[in-house]
Amino acid sequence: MRELSLHVLDIVQNSIAAGARTVDVTVSEDEASDLLTIEVVDDGAGIPPDILESVLDPFYTSRTTRKVGLGLPLFREAARTAGGDLIIESWPGRGTKVRATFRMSHIDRAPLGDMAETVAVLVVCNPDVRFRYRHTRGARAFFFDSEEFKQALGDIPPTAPALAGVVKNLIREGLDPVQRA
Amino acid sequence: MKTVEELERIRKQAQAMTRLREGKETTRIVVGMGTCGIAAGARETLSAIMDELAKRNIQDVVVTQTGCVGLCEQEPIVDVIKPGAAKVTYGKVTKEKARQIVASHIVNGQVVGEWVIASA
Repeated sequence: MRELSLHVLDIVQNSIAAGARTVDVTVSEDEASDLLTIEVVDDGAGIPPDILESVLDPFYTSRTTRKVGLGLPLFREAARTAGGDLIIESWPGRGTKVRATFRMSHIDRAPLGDMAETVAVLVVCNPDVRFRYRHTRGARAFFFDSEEFKQALGDIPPTAPALAGVVKNLIREGLDPVQRA
Repeated sequence: MKTVEELERIRKQAQAMTRLREGKETTRIVVGMGTCGIAAGARETLSAIMDELAKRNIQDVVVTQTGCVGLCEQEPIVDVIKPGAAKVTYGKVTKEKARQIVASHIVNGQVVGEWVIASA
């Protein structure tokens, strides 16, 4: 994956497959400690303890159509390459939390990439799931809640293709002052 | 605020289209969003499809996502399912190809034969 935001899109697919109703994505950039943290927390089915040990193994998958599952292992690799790590915690019946850390200044850290497009695609393709996206950089913060957005829609169907562009612009405009150095 | 105006414009378009499509079935476009699809560029493909549909003010199409179907080497994979027609599966759909599929298949009803990898 070229961008960390693509990993986020991929990891959230696991949450959706686990039947999550709400997915919280948090990105925090902390220059003081040179740490970038990405967290995906869902309220999906959760992972039983005996299986949790295997999810970071590329040759484990819950699918029966193929024998590999690369999403989490690739994300962990991206974190470890950049001097960080990935931890996953899960509570069966309550949800799962994936947390990846990166040394911000590490030469091998992939760029964060287009988080706006990742969130826009998720919101418009999954109208039944609530997505909350929080992005902080030092003391500055941006917050997007797909539920608040949908309330503003009135009678516009939440799957209207034009909404992807609207969400993307909304997030780009909101992130700009947060990310500006 | 720009977004509010944008929503108002989309609302008007949506209302007009809802009247037009009453009783009409919706076309579905499904994009593969497994790890393989995403790594191959499915996010940009899906985004291009949404953008092209929006530009052409097409409202009676729903775009959804699916997981890996085991044809990872063909990703990004896009299915077009028109009501009453067989499902058409396109492979290696770049964002440029995606825009052409919207123009040709969705708007003009012409399947882009050379990019089709399966039809059922």
